[in-house]
Amino acid sequence: MAALGAPLRTLRALLRELRHAAGRSYRDSPAYRHVLAAFRAHRVTSEKLCRAQQELHFQAATYLCLLRSIREHETLHREYHGRGERSPQEVAGLVGFRLPQQPGGKG
Amino acid sequence: LWWAHSPPARLPRPPPAAAESCPVGPCGRRAYAPPAERKRFYQNVSISQGEGGFEINLDHRKLKTPQAKLFTVPSEALAIAVATEWDSQKDTIKFYTMHLTTLCNTALDNPTQRNKTQLIRAAVKFLETDTVCYRVEEPPALAELQKNEWDPVVEWVEKRYNVTIGSSTSILGPSIPASTKETFVSHLASYNMWALQGIEFVITQLKSLILSMSLIDRHITVEKAVLLSRLEEEYQIRRWGNVEWAHDYDLCELRARTAAGTLFVHLCSESSTVKHKLLQD
Repeated sequence: MAALGAPLRTLRALLRELRHAAGRSYRDSPAYRHVLAAFRAHRVTSEKLCRAQQELHFQAATYLCLLRSIREHETLHREYHGRGERSPQEVAGLVGFRLPQQPGGKG
Repeated sequence: LWWAHSPPARLPRPPPAAAESCPVGPCGRRAYAPPAERKRFYQNVSISQGEGGFEINLDHRKLKTPQAKLFTVPSEALAIAVATEWDSQKDTIKFYTMHLTTLCNTALDNPTQRNKTQLIRAAVKFLETDTVCYRVEEPPALAELQKNEWDPVVEWVEKRYNVTIGSSTSILGPSIPASTKETFVSHLASYNMWALQGIEFVITQLKSLILSMSLIDRHITVEKAVLLSRLEEEYQIRRWGNVEWAHDYDLCELRARTAAGTLFVHLCSESSTVKHKLLQD
């Protein structure tokens, strides 16, 4: 079994990610309710190594990784790759030129 | 390493008036502008159950695949995750962040039109060019790192499936015995078509059948699998420095895709039952 740490930590991080993703009404979102219900259902078990519990924990950790890396990827994209193309004025300005102003539309 | 230590220069925002004097193509837009993004056109996302499975509703409209089929998924948890993806889109819809939706669309449409045998064959074929089987001889630090990190995973898979794989430093790679391939073929045949699409996707992302199987068998986490897949890159990063806008960008994207694929496989092949034990007094 993968080294996952405490289920509570995964659950809290996952709920925090869902909060970022959803916005205002995150507590009513189906994902939030489903995750909480699933964790509650698998909480009580008499077995020490409950397979279903570990499977759920792994799934939660995977979903957490998914949400977190999407958010980080989005942040990086916006910061470094989301600017689009420079306009001709800016390109000229990079080397210190200015575009000529011609009456009649060109330039 | 100037780029590693100082942030890149910020581009100034183009002023709105600049749009008029740009080279105008036949459609009236700038020549190399990216296509306009789809705005979020729905308020609420909800799930409903139909005959084929669970469906996604955007306001009152039912979601459809790119080939105009009705979007149905077999698992409720998967439907909830897809609905969350659609709900988390803010002003514009960024399809490149919606990995689970893409996987469902692929499973429903099957655009490459492969059947189960072909999918399994494509997946097992990756074993011949598996990343963890290709070792370098130098630099010795990297060879050592590969031995310490990859050998345990290969051994675990060999033990779990009772096969021989091995590793090789030659350019041709290891010679995989036919019995090994047959074992994997028959193991993968136990998954349904949807799960197989997910498995093949994970293998393509990680470039390794061994890492994918140990991930799907829950032996390693997604972060660990991605780290092992990018081992040489991590080694070079530790040596020469990290470039955030390239390395971290690729790392996050790979993690997102691998996590989506793994989750997809597990949600498509699970069957959960809750057994209530009687308390004994």
